[in-house]
Parts: sequence; C-alpha cells; structure tokens
Amino acid sequence: MKSAPFEYVRPSTVVEASAALAQDGVAASAIAGGQSLLPMLNLRVAIVDLVVDISRLEELKAVSESPGGLAIGALTTHAAIEDGKVPDLFRGLMRRVAGQISYRAVRNYGTIGGSVAFADPAAYWPPCLIALGARVRVRGPAGARSEPVADFVRGAYSTSLSAGEIVLGFDIPRPSAPLRWGFAKVARKSGAFAESIALVTVRGGETSVVLAGASLHARLLPAASKEVAGSNGRDDVLRAAIASDLDAIASTADAYQRRLHTATILKAVREMRAQ
Amino acid sequence: MTNITVELNGTKLAHDVEPRETLADFLRERCGLTATHLGCEHGACGACTVVIEGQAARSCLALAVMCDGRSIFTLEGLRDDPMMGVLRRQFHACHALQCGFCTPGMLIMGRDILRRLRRPDAQTVRHELSGQICRCTGYAAIVKAIVAAGQELAL
Repeated sequence: MKSAPFEYVRPSTVVEASAALAQDGVAASAIAGGQSLLPMLNLRVAIVDLVVDISRLEELKAVSESPGGLAIGALTTHAAIEDGKVPDLFRGLMRRVAGQISYRAVRNYGTIGGSVAFADPAAYWPPCLIALGARVRVRGPAGARSEPVADFVRGAYSTSLSAGEIVLGFDIPRPSAPLRWGFAKVARKSGAFAESIALVTVRGGETSVVLAGASLHARLLPAASKEVAGSNGRDDVLRAAIASDLDAIASTADAYQRRLHTATILKAVREMRAQ
Repeated sequence: MTNITVELNGTKLAHDVEPRETLADFLRERCGLTATHLGCEHGACGACTVVIEGQAARSCLALAVMCDGRSIFTLEGLRDDPMMGVLRRQFHACHALQCGFCTPGMLIMGRDILRRLRRPDAQTVRHELSGQICRCTGYAAIVKAIVAAGQELAL
C-alpha cells in the first residue's frame, strides 16, 4: 500500500507554512511526526494534494516552565515526554500517558501537537490535556489565538482549526495544590488503540473526570466530576453519576461498553484516591 | 522529484526521491538495502524498523524527503556494531528466528531496548517488543535472546 502522489514543501517559518496550508482549492495537510497521517495516506483513507512539512519549525519546539505552568511546543514527541525531558509539574501523569501511546518507534516521532490536531477519538493527549485544564495555542492567516483543548476538539478527526491554522503548542496551568491523578484504559494489546481511556485529576479545588473512546471525542464527565469532588467514597453513588454521564455522551453504547467505561473510570478514581 | 542528502550507514549520499516515497521504499528500491523488510506498510508490524538520528523509527512511516540531512542506519550498517554482534549470536543460540522476515526489525528494536534499558527482564522486553510482530517463531525465544544479550552485555 503506497500513498497516492502529492506535492511536498518544507517552509522555514510558521507564516510560510500557514500560507501554504491556506491555498484555495488545494487539499493540504501539515505533517510533523507523520505517525497518524502516513498510515492514512498509505492506506489511501486520506488523499491530499500537498503535504506541508512543519517538523523543523523551531517555534513549535519550545518547552518552558513558568510560575503559571508549562508551555509545551506542538513538536514535542511522546518519547521526549516519556523519558522525562519535559519538566514534570504533574507528578508523572504526562510521562505515564506518553508511555502508553503505540510503540516506542512510533513515540520517537509522534508529537503531542499532532495527536491533538488529528483528534482521533481514542487518542491519549486530548483527554489528558482536558483533564489538566490545558489551552491550545494556534496561529493562522488571521493571527494567533488560544482556546481550551476541551473546546478545540470537536468530533472524530475534527477540531476548530480553520484553513491555514497550525497548532503551536499547549499551555498547561500549574495545579494550585500537588496534583492527584488516576489513569486507566482498556486495550486488547499494548500499543493498540484503547476502547476506553479514563483520566481523573484533582488540581487544588478542581476535579475532572475525562473519558475518551466512548464517543466521537474526549469529554469531561460533569456528573462524575462533581461526585468525585464531593468524595463521599461510595461506589454506588459514583456509578449512578457515571451512568447519567454515559446516557448523555454515549447513548448508543451497548451494555458491555457501558460496563467497560464504568470500570476504567472507577479504576482511575481508585488510583487517584490512593495518592 | 526532490533531491535529498542523507548519511546512510555512515556514508553521505544524494538522491532524487518522489515526495510520496517512504524511507523504506527508498532504502530497498533505490539503495538496494533489502534487510529492511516491509510487512504492513502502516506502522503495525515493525518489520521495517530502522534507526534515524539514533532513534528507532518505522521506515514505512517516514517520508524519504523528510529525512533530508538526517543520519540513517539500517541493519546492513550495524554489521560491526558490538551490541548487534551479541544480539545476533544470542538470536542464533536461542533459536530466535525461523522464517526471518521479522528478524531485522527484532534486532534493531532489541538493540534499541538494550541501549535504553540496559538489562531488562523478560516482562519488560515483552512490553517493549509489542510493536514487532512475528508470525512463526513466536516470541518466547526472541524475548529470551534479548534478555540473554542484555545480561551478557552488562557483565
């Protein structure tokens, strides 16, 4: 299986890359690590006229820690996060998540920006960044903008990116108290896409329960988040809250899928509470 | 066609490539380096694993044109690598190959695992090797060979 032919450019600035991606009548795609785009091109699930190589744009590589939190460039690879080359403000959560993605040879190239921009329903970074309250920074022909990752990811392979816009990176706020977190997933084989991914974070006064794999995109579960924050520790009450969240976001889930999602969420909550 | 320059197995070379050409096809078809095998061509099987800039990579999920200016090692270029020598011998001693199709990827990934984790136990190797598919020997002997190579190298 080989990709259909396409043109290739490697702009040297974000502005040039943005212009290349915004051309009228040209189906263009940015490529960074290529670990999601290239399989789709090879399988001809995706067909493009132009591939814009953004993998060498320095502006997308910057990682910095400030009192406000962590700014992480879109080109940061999963492996760099897994190996602790990025400051850890979140007590190992990002390292743990990074190490779960696909396989090492893929993690060496796959990027956090690509994961979120591609918005696979079973990708790991959207739920993780939503659970950490992160914002995404974007630049396009109309200038720069920023929005919560929770609003940026809108559906399966769908985001708020408009033509010519490029993800620059993410701003993840420093938790006001040491982060407590839990993470659980179910995948049939290590490295395969997970059927259910649950993340629970307690960041000072804010509690988030986020689920991916259950619907078209990762979602904050409002009832479960409220219940975990209230923290009376009773599983039956929490199960009822999860059930009402699933009714709202995954109404077509069958009995097995509902049990599966409930189990990953409860497991993540238990892990968080044990910290 | 775009002209690229790469350092392939320690030797600089320039070549014209099509934008859509994967690194794997470039290595096999243009450079005649057929140790890199192609199984699935979408990143699932690991047979095409090579080393780009010192890191293991799927050559079916890398465009040759994106490797411009990069250093690439295939199994052919690791013939005299001391760690690869030990791995080859342990694969032989442990009967860690049968048809040999997955073996180049297994060896390259085995070397990557030992370089990162030094002396991994069997469970760690199994996890780390989960991106490499073998359809005949089975994994027991391959895991055993990599663990044994790690122990030998740590001595």
